[in-house]
Amino acid sequence: MTDSALLRVEDLHVTYNTPTGLVRAVSGVSFELGREKLGIVGESGSGKSQTGRAILGLTATGGTVSASRLEFKGTNLLNASERTMRQIRGRGISMIMQDPKYSLNPVMTVGYQIEEALLVHNRTSKRVARERTYEMLRAVKIREPERVYRAYPHEVSGGMGQRIMIAMMMIPEPDIIIADEPTSALDVTVQLQVLAVLDDMISERGMGLIFISHDLNLIASFCDRILIMYDGRVVEECTAAELDRAQHPYTQGLVNCLPRLDGGQDELPVLKRDPSWLTTPGATR
Amino acid sequence: MTTEATLRGWLLAEIPQSKLQARCQRVFIGWLDFKRNPIAMIGLLIIVGLVAIATLAPWITTSNGLELHLADRLKPPGSEHWFGTDELGRDILDRIIWGSRITLYIVALVSIIVVPIGLLIGTVAGYMGGWVDTVLMRLTDIFLAFPRLILAMALVAVLGRGLENAVLAIALTTWSPFARIARAEALTIRNSEFILAAQMQGISTVGILVRHVTPLCMSSVTVRLTLDMAGIILTAAGLGFLGLGAQPPTPEWGAMISLGRQYLIDQWWVPTIPGIAILVVSLGFNLLGDGLRDVLDPKSGN
Amino acid sequence: MIDIQGLDVVFGHGKNVFHAVRDVSLRVEKGQSFGLVGESGSGKTTVLRALAGILERVARVSGAMTVADETLLRHRSQSFRRRVQMVFQDPFGSLHPRHTVDTILSEPARVHKLDRIEERVVQALEEVGLDASFRFRYPHQISGGQRQRVSVARALITGPEIILLDEPTSALDVSVQAEVLNLLMRLKREHGLTYILVSHNLAVVAHMCESLSVMQNGAVVETMSVQQLREHSSTMPYTQQLLTASLGYDRTAIDAFEEFG
Repeated sequence: MTDSALLRVEDLHVTYNTPTGLVRAVSGVSFELGREKLGIVGESGSGKSQTGRAILGLTATGGTVSASRLEFKGTNLLNASERTMRQIRGRGISMIMQDPKYSLNPVMTVGYQIEEALLVHNRTSKRVARERTYEMLRAVKIREPERVYRAYPHEVSGGMGQRIMIAMMMIPEPDIIIADEPTSALDVTVQLQVLAVLDDMISERGMGLIFISHDLNLIASFCDRILIMYDGRVVEECTAAELDRAQHPYTQGLVNCLPRLDGGQDELPVLKRDPSWLTTPGATR
Repeated sequence: MTTEATLRGWLLAEIPQSKLQARCQRVFIGWLDFKRNPIAMIGLLIIVGLVAIATLAPWITTSNGLELHLADRLKPPGSEHWFGTDELGRDILDRIIWGSRITLYIVALVSIIVVPIGLLIGTVAGYMGGWVDTVLMRLTDIFLAFPRLILAMALVAVLGRGLENAVLAIALTTWSPFARIARAEALTIRNSEFILAAQMQGISTVGILVRHVTPLCMSSVTVRLTLDMAGIILTAAGLGFLGLGAQPPTPEWGAMISLGRQYLIDQWWVPTIPGIAILVVSLGFNLLGDGLRDVLDPKSGN
Repeated sequence: MIDIQGLDVVFGHGKNVFHAVRDVSLRVEKGQSFGLVGESGSGKTTVLRALAGILERVARVSGAMTVADETLLRHRSQSFRRRVQMVFQDPFGSLHPRHTVDTILSEPARVHKLDRIEERVVQALEEVGLDASFRFRYPHQISGGQRQRVSVARALITGPEIILLDEPTSALDVSVQAEVLNLLMRLKREHGLTYILVSHNLAVVAHMCESLSVMQNGAVVETMSVQQLREHSSTMPYTQQLLTASLGYDRTAIDAFEEFG
């Protein structure tokens, strides 16, 4: 409810009309994002990815998006024209997706793709664009930017591919980054290294981050605030530090059912789904 | 009315009680999908029509299409002979109907030969890999390289004229693409975890090929077969046209065109009607194949 | 129970030779749960598959392996195939898409010529918490967690002594993972099974196993008990780094990460 909020989402709904009936992917999600790291946690089917896509107007065909408010820095995203959305995507809000194998174009060099991301939003010369690309590759800790510039996506490792994705999404200097499971396909040490790069860039540039993941531990240690989603709605909203004192039984269940390194439990407490979670209104702060 | 309702209930039941029921349910869902495509339904209708006509031939024809009635030769289509008569006075409609049996015979015989051979060679080559794959694929390449009609002609020249030999010749020139398709599928799945699981269980290679690999090739092979059917019929017609297939007086459609072509200008119905029959049946198979592909394509989910 | 000495696995020929596993040795006692931990490319899955005897067509495997006093030769015996089973990672990929659950479960019973197949199928389904209504469904009609239970049921049908688990819960939601891990623990107790569990997740291994080996680049870095892991008493920097990474995001700790191999 502060003026510094970059993104305001109120009562977001995403529904799909399928042959078997109406599917409510997102049912009444509300939150605000400032210059902070917000994590959205949920299991499959919780609607977390759909929320991210809806913000950018990237919902698949057949899906209907509605909300009482969906604003980015004062601009209404709901009824924005496709032209306005194109300007916002990349420059205002950017998205990093899960697997660089599928989100990087395999027939273009890495350098070309990053430059393209820049040139779409900025009229600069090719020379300047190339310089900025090298700068960006160095910023994501890629040691030989010239070599990687000329490489194709299949020639680089997973961790490097994801850092290239970050470079590509950061180069137009967006205000918000939405990262949808950006490191799930990576090994745990590489995962953390990539996140460190993201972390540094976000704090340097004062950006907002929406981090979508199923990994509760990771989000709790990486993000500032957390939203827990279940079946299309937000059931809990808290700061990362407060996760242990979570109120909602789903959150508690989720936290408790994780096997712990230092735990010695014989049986993991199993999450019992309460049908009343589906009908009680979502949590708000 | 109630048996239909019970059948429908059985097919749409939540929990299948037997393997048969589960399988029928899958086919039924595929059928519902197929029904939504009007063009595919037209294809199916044509083929069903073909089978119906062939089956009912003895009852819907007025003659056996073979006897000569020289007094009635080359009569145009009219009330007595709906498609007219040919140069020997035989009713063309009757000959078309009897000829449909031959068309079906060709289609069935070729399918029975080509599909098992293609599946066998393709799955073994794809699954085993190595030199087995190389040898089998070079064999396939050899047959693939020949132009179909030329090889068929050569084979018929060696084996002698006649419908069976023509069918054999067509089969030998048609099996190669099926082997390729089966091999491609086998290559895709041979490192899948369910194949590893089958190996883990100690299932023999033959068992894996028959029960695990082949079922997954059936969709592609079926679609390819229906799409190839048009070509097969045309090749048979071509051979018939060249006098290398069915011999007179057998009412094979291609032979009918061949014998009737000299009458094309003045008595157009003699070669044209069998030509239209070939066109319609080929089209029917093509449309059916397209529709099947839309239903069976794994990308659209199952 | 399981003894592996000097295992080497090589893929490819000539210039494209790849040493997936180098000189790996490990021992697992009867009734024990042994973990194999490592990141991708560490060779842990390859070790499991080499033991299972399903690599013969695609790789050159050398080394001595013994299971329950039976020396393993290139071709596994029927008795081995009955006593040693495997559960795979991808719940969808490990079940044949065109086979019903009933077919999937009865096939191993048929191969080993067991009697009362239908009874065994229903019993196996019950043991993994699925009722008989699942018998004639296809894999695409059931959820990921249920598919993994079917995988476990398939592993139980022949009455094995050893189950090899290849990342059995990595592809599952966290709440489903808890259920499957509990199921595996219960089955181990009830049937006196021996497990080798491969995972990249240290917490899962720490929960399920008594001892573990850490692998990297095809070789064993360290073998230790889970107790030693918990006490952070590892001496190897790689293991320590893995442990630190498993605890979550820690900005300062990450700066100290090294590149290994």
